[in-house]
Amino acid sequence: MVVKTAEQLAGEQREISVAEFFEKNRHLLGFDNATKALLIAVKEMVDNSLDACQEAGILPDIKIKLKIISEDRVKVTVEDNGPGIVKEQIPRIFGKLLYGSKFYKMQQGRGQQGIGVSAALLYAQLTTGKPTLVISRTAKNKPAYQIILRMDTVKNEPHVIMESKYEKRFADRGTYVEMEIEGKYRKGERSVDEYVKETAISNPFAKITYHVNGDKITYPRIINKLPKDPKPIKPHPHGVEMGVFERMSKMTKSKTTAGFLVKDFCRVSLGKANSVLKLAKVRPNTKPKNLTHKEVESIWRNLQKTKIMNPPTNCLSPIGENVLEKAVEKDLKTEFTAAITRPPSVYRGMPFQIEVCIGYGGELSPNSPAQIMRFANRVPLLYQASAGAIQKEIQKISWGQYHVERSGNMPYGPYVIIVHMASVWIPYTSESKEAIDPYEEISKEIRLAIQDCARKLKKYLAGQKRRHLEAKRKGLFEKYIPEIAESLSYLSEENKAAILKSLQSMLKKEKIEGEDDEDSGETEETGEEANK
Amino acid sequence: MKTQEKLKKLGKKLTSEAKKGKNPNLDIPTRSLSNVVYDKKAGMVKMGTSSSKRYLFNVAHIKKFVQTLEVASTAKELLKVNKHLNLREVYYRVKRTLPGTNINIVDEQTETNKAIEDLELITGVPREQLHINADKEGVAAGKVIILDKGDTINWSKLGSGGWSVPSNVENIKFKKVNAKFIIYLEKMATWERLHEDKIWEKLDCIIIASRGQATRGIRRLLQRLSTEHKLPIYVLVDGDPWGIYIYSVLKYGSISLAHMAETLVIPKAKYLGLSADDVTKYGLEKHLIRFKDVDVKRIKQIRTYDWFKDDKEWQKQFDRWKKLGGKVELAALTSRGISFISDTYIPEKIKKKDWLD
Repeated sequence: MVVKTAEQLAGEQREISVAEFFEKNRHLLGFDNATKALLIAVKEMVDNSLDACQEAGILPDIKIKLKIISEDRVKVTVEDNGPGIVKEQIPRIFGKLLYGSKFYKMQQGRGQQGIGVSAALLYAQLTTGKPTLVISRTAKNKPAYQIILRMDTVKNEPHVIMESKYEKRFADRGTYVEMEIEGKYRKGERSVDEYVKETAISNPFAKITYHVNGDKITYPRIINKLPKDPKPIKPHPHGVEMGVFERMSKMTKSKTTAGFLVKDFCRVSLGKANSVLKLAKVRPNTKPKNLTHKEVESIWRNLQKTKIMNPPTNCLSPIGENVLEKAVEKDLKTEFTAAITRPPSVYRGMPFQIEVCIGYGGELSPNSPAQIMRFANRVPLLYQASAGAIQKEIQKISWGQYHVERSGNMPYGPYVIIVHMASVWIPYTSESKEAIDPYEEISKEIRLAIQDCARKLKKYLAGQKRRHLEAKRKGLFEKYIPEIAESLSYLSEENKAAILKSLQSMLKKEKIEGEDDEDSGETEETGEEANK
Repeated sequence: MKTQEKLKKLGKKLTSEAKKGKNPNLDIPTRSLSNVVYDKKAGMVKMGTSSSKRYLFNVAHIKKFVQTLEVASTAKELLKVNKHLNLREVYYRVKRTLPGTNINIVDEQTETNKAIEDLELITGVPREQLHINADKEGVAAGKVIILDKGDTINWSKLGSGGWSVPSNVENIKFKKVNAKFIIYLEKMATWERLHEDKIWEKLDCIIIASRGQATRGIRRLLQRLSTEHKLPIYVLVDGDPWGIYIYSVLKYGSISLAHMAETLVIPKAKYLGLSADDVTKYGLEKHLIRFKDVDVKRIKQIRTYDWFKDDKEWQKQFDRWKKLGGKVELAALTSRGISFISDTYIPEKIKKKDWLD
């Protein structure tokens, strides 16, 4: 047995780069299996495109293409009409993990971490060995560039294989990304098809064209207006964990602790800061860098105990009731649609807003459980439905009360239930970001919104039932009327056609009365006598 | 007014309502327990005054409305061609499916039966006059000569079968009635027993029988004999609630035919037997057939009828039946001898006036 010294062991130990880490733990990014991996790759690329367009104020026009090469290999391309990427930036955006502008911002956005499209590139490289192709152009008067690149996983740095002007025809502006990955294309729930359909609903300002081999589906743009830009906000003291709070105290640019509290957080006035610091027994003009761990903790505790005004909510950008209704009507071809956008609310110092839309009838299948679509900041959540707040709340609703049939715990029939949560910070139950943590405040808002829509649905269904019954009744009389005219004509010895005409004109006007069978307690006697 | 005219008038009323844009409707006296009263003075169940409207344009009414209309035009057709149909035949005449639907005008005969009764109430014309008959099931014998459709018939000269009572006896003429009373029997077999024994000759009576409840034809025949020839009628039935109910309908009438009480009810009918006392008097205890739950329930119902509830004799009877705990059939009298009923039971009971009124 070879005994190694501590020095030898230390020599073997080295820093592992983020890229190397994810190479070994790719499930943490959602690439657990070939089916899900395809979905995640498309999702990261599309999110990137939508974000770019929205930031640049451009109405997105996105083309998604899947070319199925073999059972478990797919070529994915996504092309947008976004602002394009300057040539120098391309390698870092696509070839370096955790490179992004959003990581420290409290802002409603699609991704919450810098891991995005570069993770897809890494996955492609790991599974097929093929590099990724990016073509981008920033303006009509500028050339398009093409770059073929890989990631150096040890250094977490991009490695450009080829870079040149792109000479073939290319759009005036936009970005094209092509990668080949190990992936399985499937239909149905949790498929790329479903993801694209749902993305079209939550981003109705985008035109999305979706190709799978030869088949093409187009989701037209439903509104010609981009949503208002979500504004970044400073963290609210009640939404910051102790560790983060301590790190912020070390990184702040403020010279005093009071200044740190006022400038780095929202809703903290100087008076409020001073009273918190007094409780924490810390002098307001202490340099934040000089605070001891104990002092930081004491400030944090006292902040949590102090009543602080709720964070501003103008930082949220919901889809909007009317827009959501329109999108569902057009994309899902529903007969009835009702949406509600709840007023903003706050959980753990984080502003959030819930939107719900219920669709009924039309092209929805009557013989299956209701479709549930969950969204967080406009991104469809396709996995782990049962773990999240949305499904839990849907199950708790007494659907019967709204004339909706149920099967097991879920509503059943031609229904779609859409729930969207917009927030500067979505509390996911796990790293794969697929289910929303059922905070009491969030669950309550979801419940109220569903109930509100369900009430509208109930009204519609009741009306529909009444109209249906009315039509059925009229139909019944239409059948009877010729027989009645015949008998009446025979009895009265009057013209049959005239009788028929007056009965038919009555049927048009008459509101038909009567619910169920006539009361006929008639006699208590046995039937025998009636025959005699 | 002639019956045909009455039907035409009904049609005209409905037609003119439709032409005026008024929902055509039929006003039908309510045939339910709540709308009949026992007229103590007249001794019969009579119709009250409440009625209900049946509308054409009403989902709950339409079916019955059409049934009544169909029955009315069937009746009109029958009157026109001067022919008769029985209840079952009327049912088939009306029964059909609406074109292009699975809706039947009628599903069961009970529906046309009711529609016919409704038509009687609306027009005030009994169904016999609408040319609708029930199945005939009655037989008569005695020293009676009648005239029926031009034929002279002697009830004493019809062999073992007797005269078969038609469903409509309205046009029968009694030429000669030589009898002191009438015995009505609920069993054909008992009638044959009495007929074979020539009881009508020995006791100067008429014997008439039907099966179970008397048909309207029989009731009308009994009533006419009772009123036109002042003959007492003795009812002889099984000793059980169903027998007592047959007697009750004959004497006081019934809810479903309350509207025809005047022409059907026989206030002079008397209950000859079998009574609870007969069981002990004639030693029939060993022939008791234990009451079922429904029998006990029925006795409880019947004893509360307006005409029984204050009658001490009848209440005593009901108590005795309850105590006996079983019923006795007329046929049980045969245990005392083949002709015991004709030779002993009936003469003795009538002589001793041993009946219930």
